[in-house]
Amino acid sequence: MAPTTNTLDRTNYLNATKGFMSWFWTIDHKRLGLMYLWSVIACFIMGGLFAMKIRLTLMPGAVDFATQTAEQMNAYNNAFTVHGAVMVFLVIIPSIPAALGNFVLPLMLGAKDVAFPRLNRFSYHLWIIGALLFVATLLIGNLDTGWTFYPPYSTGHTDPSVITAVLGAFILGFSSIFTGLNFIVTIHKMRPPQMTWFKMPLFLWAIYATAVIQVLATPVIGISLLLILVEKTMQIGIFTPELGGDPVFFQHLFWFYSHPAVYIMVLPGMGIMSELFATFSRKPIFGYKSIAMSSIAIAIFSFIVWGHHMFISGQSDLMSVIFSALTFSVAVPSAIKVFNWISTMYKGSISFSVPMLYGMSIIWLFGIGGLTGLFLATLGTDVVFHDTYFVVAHFHYVMVGSALFGFIGGIYYWWPKMYGKVVDDPLAKVGWLLSFLGFNLTFLPQFVGGSKGMPRRYAAYGSEQGFDDWNYWSTMGAMVLLAGLSIALFGLLRSFFVKGALSPANPWGGVTLEWQTPSPPPEHNFEIDPPTVGDPYDMSLVEYRGEVEGFLPVNPREDDPCVAYIAPEEA
Amino acid sequence: MSSHDNHPEGVAHHFETAEQQFDSGKLGIWTFLLTEVLFFSALFVAYTMYRDNYPEVFQFASQYLDTNLGALNTLVLLLSSFTIAWGVRNAMLGETKMLTINLIITLICAAGFMVIKAEEYGHKFHEGTLWGGHEHSIFQLDASKVDPEIAAHSKAWSNPDGEFSAAVKDLDPEFRQKLGIFFGVYFCLTGLHGIHVLIGMILLTWLLIRNLRGEFGPKNFAAVDFIALYWHLVDLIWIFLFPLLYLIS
Amino acid sequence: MYTLLSMMLQHQKEDFFFPSQASANAATVDFIFYFIFYVSLFAFIAIVLATAIFAWRYRRSKVGMTPEDSPHHSTRIEIVWSVVPSIFMVMMFWYGFEDFTERRTPPADSYEIHAKASKWQWEFEYPNGASSFGFIDAGEYQGKGLFVPLGKNVRIRLESSDVLHSFSIPNFRVKMDVVPGRYTDVWFNAIELGDFPIFCTEYCGTKHSRMLSKVHVVSEEDFAVWLKENQEDPNASPVDKGKRLFSAKCTACHAVDGSTKIGPALNGKYGTIENIVGGTVTIDDNYIRRSILDPSADIVVGFENVPMTSFAGQLSDDDISNITAYLKSLTE
Repeated sequence: MAPTTNTLDRTNYLNATKGFMSWFWTIDHKRLGLMYLWSVIACFIMGGLFAMKIRLTLMPGAVDFATQTAEQMNAYNNAFTVHGAVMVFLVIIPSIPAALGNFVLPLMLGAKDVAFPRLNRFSYHLWIIGALLFVATLLIGNLDTGWTFYPPYSTGHTDPSVITAVLGAFILGFSSIFTGLNFIVTIHKMRPPQMTWFKMPLFLWAIYATAVIQVLATPVIGISLLLILVEKTMQIGIFTPELGGDPVFFQHLFWFYSHPAVYIMVLPGMGIMSELFATFSRKPIFGYKSIAMSSIAIAIFSFIVWGHHMFISGQSDLMSVIFSALTFSVAVPSAIKVFNWISTMYKGSISFSVPMLYGMSIIWLFGIGGLTGLFLATLGTDVVFHDTYFVVAHFHYVMVGSALFGFIGGIYYWWPKMYGKVVDDPLAKVGWLLSFLGFNLTFLPQFVGGSKGMPRRYAAYGSEQGFDDWNYWSTMGAMVLLAGLSIALFGLLRSFFVKGALSPANPWGGVTLEWQTPSPPPEHNFEIDPPTVGDPYDMSLVEYRGEVEGFLPVNPREDDPCVAYIAPEEA
Repeated sequence: MSSHDNHPEGVAHHFETAEQQFDSGKLGIWTFLLTEVLFFSALFVAYTMYRDNYPEVFQFASQYLDTNLGALNTLVLLLSSFTIAWGVRNAMLGETKMLTINLIITLICAAGFMVIKAEEYGHKFHEGTLWGGHEHSIFQLDASKVDPEIAAHSKAWSNPDGEFSAAVKDLDPEFRQKLGIFFGVYFCLTGLHGIHVLIGMILLTWLLIRNLRGEFGPKNFAAVDFIALYWHLVDLIWIFLFPLLYLIS
Repeated sequence: MYTLLSMMLQHQKEDFFFPSQASANAATVDFIFYFIFYVSLFAFIAIVLATAIFAWRYRRSKVGMTPEDSPHHSTRIEIVWSVVPSIFMVMMFWYGFEDFTERRTPPADSYEIHAKASKWQWEFEYPNGASSFGFIDAGEYQGKGLFVPLGKNVRIRLESSDVLHSFSIPNFRVKMDVVPGRYTDVWFNAIELGDFPIFCTEYCGTKHSRMLSKVHVVSEEDFAVWLKENQEDPNASPVDKGKRLFSAKCTACHAVDGSTKIGPALNGKYGTIENIVGGTVTIDDNYIRRSILDPSADIVVGFENVPMTSFAGQLSDDDISNITAYLKSLTE
């Protein structure tokens, strides 16, 4: 009998029930993961359109500096605000945990679902409400505060669209908290008996560390946003100098969340990196314990460095010095991860699959992103770079270059599992290459523009200010990036329409448990009792089989050929 | 074959055992309560920061809070924590009738708390002892900006009977302005707490309805247990608020 | 020791990354940058090369499906690649800390100039009562900008009358937020004659990108002359005094040539009847005064959504009277 590695021709979680309500009201983590995936991609496109508006406006010659009207300036200020808010709250923060984490986490644990499936559904519905509030904001007014909502400007000097935006972000915060809570309980309580902490796949360590941050940090932005709301609607006074309040206090509250938040963005991407490098080097990850512990270290340190966003905010000099010193602490565990990934490749068997291309390019992108952070952690140089395009370039390198590329790499990696289809390779590789080149061309010039003094959030620059060259190349890069990402998305979508190209259960040769169930998985994840847990990176458990164009266990369990048999003593 | 047929009763399909289900719920509610603590934390930090910078202002402002009503509210909440804790025991032992009674008493206490709070708030709106940005606030930097109607009857403003240590109208303008910040913090803290009491009342009512339907017993009391934990946190937050706001004169 | 190195690297012209080093501390800051830059460049090349080399040497088409055995961890190497970067980071922190401490301590003998930020202009006040201002309008720098003497320690005390702003002079490598409700400061010692841009670097609304000015570094003698010339003439007519105030504080948003900028044009308006929200009003002395102190009352129809900040506390009664005189003098 042919191995049941692909189930597109029979019942699986995609076709088990049909109709809108069977999806919208589902508690199946896999379906929720997919809905998050497409919702996040839709919002990414929306945020991306605003990015294009920014870059096209800043193209030298597009706008006459002398005659740009107030309406045009307001439109630009609205564009960068919506771009930032949508990308941060609707896209990058939920992306990997909500879309990929939801799908993969229970599978990797050999479980049937997360700990609280109905809470999971509620999280998604909250996300939808948050998204709708953001769309409403676009229609109501001209939100122009920046995604950072600093008072007194946001509370006393701009229009009511702040209210719906802040409400939207507040609700999205709860979506994030509940997802994190769900993941923490799932990982604590639903691991199979043999899967001790240090036998967990590293993606789960990353998701766990992320969930801890989500749960601890997000409530603080929640209350901060609530305070902006009461400040704006009732003039409560806490941030308003005319009433005796302190605007810098808001910045402390805001960044207490928003700094750990950037690790919510990047840690899951790093978790995916570990999976990719192990699978596509056909080797255990080098330094497993280091990577696991560094994830926890990053989560902890992320909470004590927020003041590095505020070196020149008017906070005391002593605080600035302390925060600068502490900020370097978070650089070390990040660097350790990079070294361990590269060491995984040593004496491996490297495959240049599409996910691995994303993974390897992240070494370059995170390298630049992380290293440019050093300039910002250092007080002397941060004074020069604060609120210039240097910072913009830095955070795009880490948020897009690392988190987003990790997300895309993860989508390509788990796509065969999610949809049972293989993605057109050459097209996907072109998409990757154009995205990588376009991204670098967009943001490398911004480092130099910034070091020359080019401030952020400017609706236009006069030519004599000397930033034209940098803006020109940056906009050209944005076009290439747009092309690349479009092709990448197209490559994924195309797999739906291509006949054949079916994926086996294990196209890549991973050993984590999601690869030991058919593609796509059945409704309850595993056709029989879940697989036994072995070493998640013992690649010798599976071997390549031409007849399935994928990998199968060397020693399959009698009742299911997808699943590796591991004798109880070895587990 | 899958093991769906012999799945334990009352256990959700994705859990193996009832114990796993209960343990998960317990960890879940504790994690959630941790997020609630952090949610309030920013307001406590605001309190600490402003009090640290303006200790005399906060001490002065505290005299406008009715310590007796605050103490009464504290007792009311403590009683409600006792009754809900007892209710959990009732649920564990299948004492449905006692659970109903305890839930009702808890609800009455919660309602009582809100009534007392409403009275306190109403008094403050009448007196003008509000955050500076409110149009009726007497804590304006410029004394001439105070609403004359409020100034006419506000005891805090003119201190006619000498019950306060000074009349607000005679205070140094900056000092007066900072009093507005105290009340900003006061209303945010007690307001957020009050919202949590209301949410608690909704949850307790839900428990009551479910109990009247006979849903709780020794094999199914998790919901009571977990909501009781939430209620204890709401009580605990008030235990912190009361001395910090009311007892610092 | 690093000051010695930075002196060795000292150069005044702009380079690939930076504008010219027009202040005494700029060379130090640039040195710190290049230290981090070269360390980072080395690390970056190392990791990229390692990735590329391993990818090539161990590619699956060459090595086959099953890699040979190799260690899965090494405590020794983990320690090495944790400690070595940490050492460099300590150095980076230390250099930054030393520079920052100096930046944040204005010398006691500093010449103090007050800079006031408001949406969307800078105003500068000098010890002798002279004043100047700066912003960009229709693509051109307005106002005289900031004047400072060469080779002297100058402290700029910063204040804002409305929202957060930030005062940045890239050529001097200084930047500091301007926070309403308190004073902040920057200090520098300009070592190069010339004109250098001043930017606002904290988003403050519609014309944030036009809140630019210039700092003019002139010789001490020229500076003394300029100070004298730009003192306010106490014998100037109310109209002239009003014009001076108006140019500094109002022209970012109000034109006097009939065009609408952010707010309505104000020429030829005195004495006319205007449509306001809720009726009409005659533009007289009282209306002008009200608009300056409480702009949200009686807003002209069509400008309801454009918030004008109040100037209460910033303009004295005399100031308002002079501005009114100036507006009165503006014919159609």
